[in-house]
Amino acid sequence: MKSVQELRELRERTKAALAVRDREGGPRIVVCMGTCGIAAGARDVLRSLLEELERQGRDDVTITQTGCKGLCEREPMIEVLIPGSAPVTYGSVTPDVVKQIVDDHIIKGQVVSEYAIAIGSEGN
Amino acid sequence: MRELSLHILDIARNSVEAGARNVALTVVEDPERDRLEITLQDDGRGMDAETLARVTDPFYTTRTTRHVGLGLSLLKATCEQAGGVMELTSTPGKGTLVRCVMGLSNFDRPPLGDLAAVIQSLACETEHTELVYRHIVGDSEFRLDTMEVKRELEADCLCAPPILQWLGRHVREGLHDLGSRA
Repeated sequence: MKSVQELRELRERTKAALAVRDREGGPRIVVCMGTCGIAAGARDVLRSLLEELERQGRDDVTITQTGCKGLCEREPMIEVLIPGSAPVTYGSVTPDVVKQIVDDHIIKGQVVSEYAIAIGSEGN
Repeated sequence: MRELSLHILDIARNSVEAGARNVALTVVEDPERDRLEITLQDDGRGMDAETLARVTDPFYTTRTTRHVGLGLSLLKATCEQAGGVMELTSTPGKGTLVRCVMGLSNFDRPPLGDLAAVIQSLACETEHTELVYRHIVGDSEFRLDTMEVKRELEADCLCAPPILQWLGRHVREGLHDLGSRA
């Protein structure tokens, strides 16, 4: 692999973030990646999510995925899970909305109510 | 779906949902034979003959959240429209192979699109599912094995933003160096 050096640097950088995650469980963002979500733009939502988190230096956030949640008309959908707070499901998420969710919810802990379609009801 | 990479993500998600531990994605651009071949092999739970026969019917799905499937039927239609075929092979308990062939220069073939973002997406699953991605253009090959990356990082998964971002850049550079034009 040509980028072994880059990987070694990355290992040092992520070691701390991964350790924090193991210890306390940092924020987690779940992207819905069913056929409906993918067709509606979930992949580009994931891409902009990663770009925003990188811009904010939030190495501690875990990104996972799930399938179709049965609300296809509200795709793309993401769930934001912050330990100690109620999980929030967002619908009709675009790359611009992602920026707002990262800035307000992940950084400041304030739910972006305009796009929230369920709070605390997903049983995560 | 406007890009083949979205179809790839969709069928690879099927593999993840089918409990695959390993997914092998191979993309071959063969300008000499004017062919684009995409294969996805998994070791998920597989399908029996009856399911296999119905799975490209848009009104068949195994999911319970809605009554249409669409994923594989859309991909099949895309392949056929682009002068090609989609073949499905599956063995219950062993896994599934999806093979798509299209005309590389066919006017109706959608572009591959943002494959790097697809690899980032699949890399989120590496706690349970490993990915070996090979992309071949003529005589050159780009290869990414998530198990090797995990070993190098001494990590259990790749689902942290800096790792996923590195992967995306690594794939974009790799495909650029490879001269991928699909």
